[in-house]
Amino acid sequence: MNPREVWPGLALLAVVAAMPLVASNAVLNFLLSSLVVALAAQGWNILGGYAGQLSFGHAAFFGTGAYATAILQTRYGVNAWAGLAAGIALGALVGWAIGLLAFRARLRGSYFALVTLAFAEVLRILANAADVTGGAAGLLVRLAPGAGNLQFASRAGFLWLLTGAVAAVLLLTAWIAHRRLGARLVAVRENEDAARALGVDVLRVKLSAIALSGAITAAAGCLYVQNFLYLDATIAYGTWISVEVLIACVLGGAGTVLGPVVGALALHGVGELAKIALGHVAGPVPGVDLVVFGALLILAVAFLPRGVMGGLRRALRGAGR
Amino acid sequence: MLPPELIAEAVANGLLAGAAYALVALGLTLVYGVLHIVNFAHGALLTVAMFAAWGMHAFLGVEPYAAIVPLAVAFMALGYGLQRWVIGPASHGDDGNTLLVTLGLSILLENAMLALFRSDTRSLGTEAGFDVVEIGPMLLSRPRLIGFAVSLATAALLWAVLAMTDTGKAIRAVAKEKLGAQLSGIDPRHIYAVTFGLGCACLAVAACLLLPTFYVNPRVGNAFVLVAFTIVVLGGMGSIPGALVGGLIVGVVESLGGLLMGESLGQLGIFVIFILVLLLRPTGLFGARA
Repeated sequence: MNPREVWPGLALLAVVAAMPLVASNAVLNFLLSSLVVALAAQGWNILGGYAGQLSFGHAAFFGTGAYATAILQTRYGVNAWAGLAAGIALGALVGWAIGLLAFRARLRGSYFALVTLAFAEVLRILANAADVTGGAAGLLVRLAPGAGNLQFASRAGFLWLLTGAVAAVLLLTAWIAHRRLGARLVAVRENEDAARALGVDVLRVKLSAIALSGAITAAAGCLYVQNFLYLDATIAYGTWISVEVLIACVLGGAGTVLGPVVGALALHGVGELAKIALGHVAGPVPGVDLVVFGALLILAVAFLPRGVMGGLRRALRGAGR
Repeated sequence: MLPPELIAEAVANGLLAGAAYALVALGLTLVYGVLHIVNFAHGALLTVAMFAAWGMHAFLGVEPYAAIVPLAVAFMALGYGLQRWVIGPASHGDDGNTLLVTLGLSILLENAMLALFRSDTRSLGTEAGFDVVEIGPMLLSRPRLIGFAVSLATAALLWAVLAMTDTGKAIRAVAKEKLGAQLSGIDPRHIYAVTFGLGCACLAVAACLLLPTFYVNPRVGNAFVLVAFTIVVLGGMGSIPGALVGGLIVGVVESLGGLLMGESLGQLGIFVIFILVLLLRPTGLFGARA
């Protein structure tokens, strides 16, 4: 593990963790929703950033984790922590299954993006029609604050839990990046045929990536439910989360350890600023933050290869000279 | 068992809807065949085109059928500009980047429509949308019949442009062998932009044909875009006859599925076809091996 990749991230998260001491509830709400997206984006980063397989349907994993946690608690009275573990395992399983189908059919590039999107949509339609998910009415998780129930009376408790999860995945990512698996992921991203020629089992590497990716994004879904205590098919499997995690990674720097976290915070930060700024002029206008998200994605691809982190690295290198 | 007239009517309606789908898919498949990218902004651009056609009627009093030519020209120019000065330069020649840029464009356009027009649903508000024509035992919607005819005519026109004009020849040359085309003095950036423009022009025509029988709202393009992707994949990415046949098949499947299983599960049928084709035969019915 390269300490230079990890320390700035842990320092940033320490600052976030200290925010409940000084910040207002509005700021804490902002941080909570940004951190959920950051965690889900860290999952996307393993598959999309390191392994180079662009998924447009990470909602499939986010929703699966969220529904697993919510259904186990509300229908079967399972403890929330066990629900979290089950959600993560199911996320990995769904990732592995989608990966097995898609990668065995040798789908890559646009085709892979399309098929992930279609899987997420199928799950959304099914969740909206099924009984066990509460159908279109959705599911309410019973309010029962207490660490044992994975619920917290104060925003601070939840913020610390999320910060811890993001920090853990940050360390995991940094560890993997310098292991054999990390090198293989990057090899598959840069040139799949060359990697295969060198003896990398491409299918296995991609399956590890999508299963791990699905598990992390599913964890974000579980924590989302525990924070908001409500879930329906549009929240769980809607395109919003697929799109936000992708933009967060591309903006922050796909395939960098800290990219998804920086990207999620920056994305939501700019989105909120745009809402506030335009709100002063024209009152609340729906969709403004998403217009900004779309523009940021185009600008990041056009002008910031490797995202904000890549830009920072270049700037630091330039200053050091 | 359902009475045969009901099934015949569902098939006929499916074919009529399928022609409109085919037109939307035509633009998508054309862009894919030449630029080798999936244009994720296609649905959002269709939404913009439908709002444009609606606006022509609401503010200028131009009937949708009269708006076909001016809107097609305007969208040709819009598409040309988008590809030449936004999508092309922003993606630095990398396919993954193009995918991301068109996704960004789609989010931007869709939500700009949402911010401008809110999520209200609009329609032409004229009676013309409900006209029916009696053919044998079936009652078919007149605007959809017109849409069917114009869709086929547009496809024929597009085919003629590709087959008979110099620009069409250049487009086919770039699609087959970009470097060779470049060596023969063709500017691929120009041809890419022209192709993207033609794709957008198809959308403008489709929007004018859809408007009399469809509602317009900022999310309407989404309903079409995954259907269009399915058609393109089913017919074979880049194949024009594939888009036509695929469109008609999907229209019929959706219509029959809706009749037999109810609306929302009929939609599910489309996604299932989509995934199965991608997994089992990604080259589609008419596509060459990639």
